[in-house]
Amino acid sequence: MIDVGHFFILAVLLFSIGMVGVISRRNIFVMYMSIELMLNAVNLVLVALSHHHEDLNGQVMAIMIIAIAAAEASIFLALFVMLFKNARSLDANFFELLKQEKHND
Amino acid sequence: MIENVLLAWVIGAVFISSVSIMLIGLYEKHDENIPQNIYTILGLGGPFISLLFSVILINSFLDTGVKLDYQVFMWLDIEGFVIPASLILDSLSAAMLSFVSFVGFIIHIYAHAYMKDDPSYARFFSWFNLFMASMFLLILADNPFMLFIGWEGVGLCSYLLISFYFENEDNVQAGNKAFILNRIGDFGFISGLALLFVYIGDSGLNFSSLEANIHLIPHATLNLIAILLFIGAMGKSAQIPLYIWLPDAMAGPTPVSALIHAATMVTAGVYMVARFHFLYSITEEIGLFIAYIGAFSALLAALIALRQDDIKKILAYSTMSQLGYMFMAVGLGAYSYGIFHVFTHAFFKALLFMGAGAIILALHHEQDIKKMGALRSKMPFVFVMMLLATLAISGIPPFSGFFSKDAILNHLFASGHYLIFAMALFTAGLTSYYMFRLLLLVFISPAHKEHHLIKESTLIKLTLFVLSIGVVFTGLLNIPAFFGGNEDYSLWLNLPDIRYHISHSNELILLGSNILVALFGIGLAFSHYKSSSKDPSFGYLEIIIKNKFYIDELAHTLIVRPLKALSLFISDTLDEKIIDSFIHKVSSSYQRLSYYSDYVQNGNVRYYALYMSVGIVSIFMYLFIGGY
Repeated sequence: MIDVGHFFILAVLLFSIGMVGVISRRNIFVMYMSIELMLNAVNLVLVALSHHHEDLNGQVMAIMIIAIAAAEASIFLALFVMLFKNARSLDANFFELLKQEKHND
Repeated sequence: MIENVLLAWVIGAVFISSVSIMLIGLYEKHDENIPQNIYTILGLGGPFISLLFSVILINSFLDTGVKLDYQVFMWLDIEGFVIPASLILDSLSAAMLSFVSFVGFIIHIYAHAYMKDDPSYARFFSWFNLFMASMFLLILADNPFMLFIGWEGVGLCSYLLISFYFENEDNVQAGNKAFILNRIGDFGFISGLALLFVYIGDSGLNFSSLEANIHLIPHATLNLIAILLFIGAMGKSAQIPLYIWLPDAMAGPTPVSALIHAATMVTAGVYMVARFHFLYSITEEIGLFIAYIGAFSALLAALIALRQDDIKKILAYSTMSQLGYMFMAVGLGAYSYGIFHVFTHAFFKALLFMGAGAIILALHHEQDIKKMGALRSKMPFVFVMMLLATLAISGIPPFSGFFSKDAILNHLFASGHYLIFAMALFTAGLTSYYMFRLLLLVFISPAHKEHHLIKESTLIKLTLFVLSIGVVFTGLLNIPAFFGGNEDYSLWLNLPDIRYHISHSNELILLGSNILVALFGIGLAFSHYKSSSKDPSFGYLEIIIKNKFYIDELAHTLIVRPLKALSLFISDTLDEKIIDSFIHKVSSSYQRLSYYSDYVQNGNVRYYALYMSVGIVSIFMYLFIGGY
């Protein structure tokens, strides 16, 4: 019997995979995919709880998040195109403009 | 009464003219076409209006004999600490006001003639008028705190005017010296005021309520208050040990010296003691102390004046010496004689300084009397004026100084303090000696070189003449019973003098000896300086006197040098090596710490994500594990 606990475990797994992906992968596309993975893990929790409590609010919220994530995706992709045009790179380690310069005193 | 408001305007007139000259002078920086006449009108108009108001006020006071008072506004009213800004005109302040406004105005006219080619004419008159305003405030104040404002005001103005020619380093030093020594005195003064407030401040702080409640203070404290207040007077009136600023104060223009020495500033100390007569008449030990300080100051100043060659410095020491007489008088309870000497002294000392100024101007700013000589035929008018003033300060009848000095000497003798009397009498002889030395060296004794004189202006002559009338006749205001008068001035002042009775024959002997001593001094001066300008030698004393008893050097070694060493120690060792090094250690350790924490900020967004996750996770860990 699959109950809400199983969904939670799956969501936590998805979220953790996403988080590790954001931190460990250097490709910006993969990082973005990992972020989407985390987002959907949250969606999964919302839908599961909505089903468990027999309350539609959670599902409404999940659909809302999916819609917004779609809009986000277009913005992200546009950003990546511009980024690649300017820097000819999609390596996250390449972008470190805010780094603290070291100087010896 | 309607004229009471004039009390405020006596001060207001000179204050407003001072401020307006200051403002116009500042505007002149933009527009250089402002004619000097504007400054003259304001600078002389203010004192003239003050003089006018003073005359009206004093007249009204003489007619009715009722004290005038006027509360300008409520200055402070804080639970039991009530100080109204109120002014009063009683006989004492009327006496002071009469000569301060009159002599002050004459000196202003003289200053116009003296300073008219000076580029800083406006600045001079602005401060000159402020000086008068402060002095009026000091005289008319109805409580010691208002008096203190005027007291500080004259201190400030003396500083500004002494270092008037601030391009010269020495003048600035002289101004600083005057200001700092006055500050030392003021510290004593304000401590005395604080003690007065602590003991009897609750029941009002004006002079009449202080007088009514003074018996509530224990005697030991009274003595302390009397001493502290007198320390203020020491600074202002140049008595031992705070006198060393006075000779240096000659760095200012000559009208300033005339104003400081005659009308304002130095008389403030004597006035203050007379004003606090209710305090000093019940602390007789302190009175005696004041008299001794006065006696020693008078003697010391007269001795130093014997061998000074700067015409203004001789006059400065003579002022200190005469102030000594005034303090002897007020210290031994003869307040009205002290004030009377202040009164006559104002006239002859102003005349002496203005005469000296005329000579200095005529000789192209030469001040060394050794380089002058035989000026009688060239400046006969100034000679006559200086002669009158010199006779007055020497105490030769019938000039004003005779009456005031004779009254003081008689009182000193009658009080039974024969040491003070002897010192005062000896000083009287010295006074006539060194004053005639000055007169003879300048006017009679042979000149070493030919001087090309600048002719003195009529305005200067006129002011000298007006003052000389005062020098000759003011003494007649207080003719003692011996000459058939009844001391009108003292009676009118109505201060609680201590009166001693001396027999008629004693009085005759005293009178004779006083005049004889003065004449002896004059004779000695004639024998030494009539035909030569060389000082006769005094042997060992000569060196000591010439070096002013090494007091300046002593003060420098005992006070200035240790203080300087201490402040150097604090700034170079304590501050730099100990405090600064500690602070530098702290700041450099923070710097080193930040060097390592910089590694966190590497600009890589993935690391930031990691930090964030770690942060969030630790918060949740805390909430779940630590929180419950």
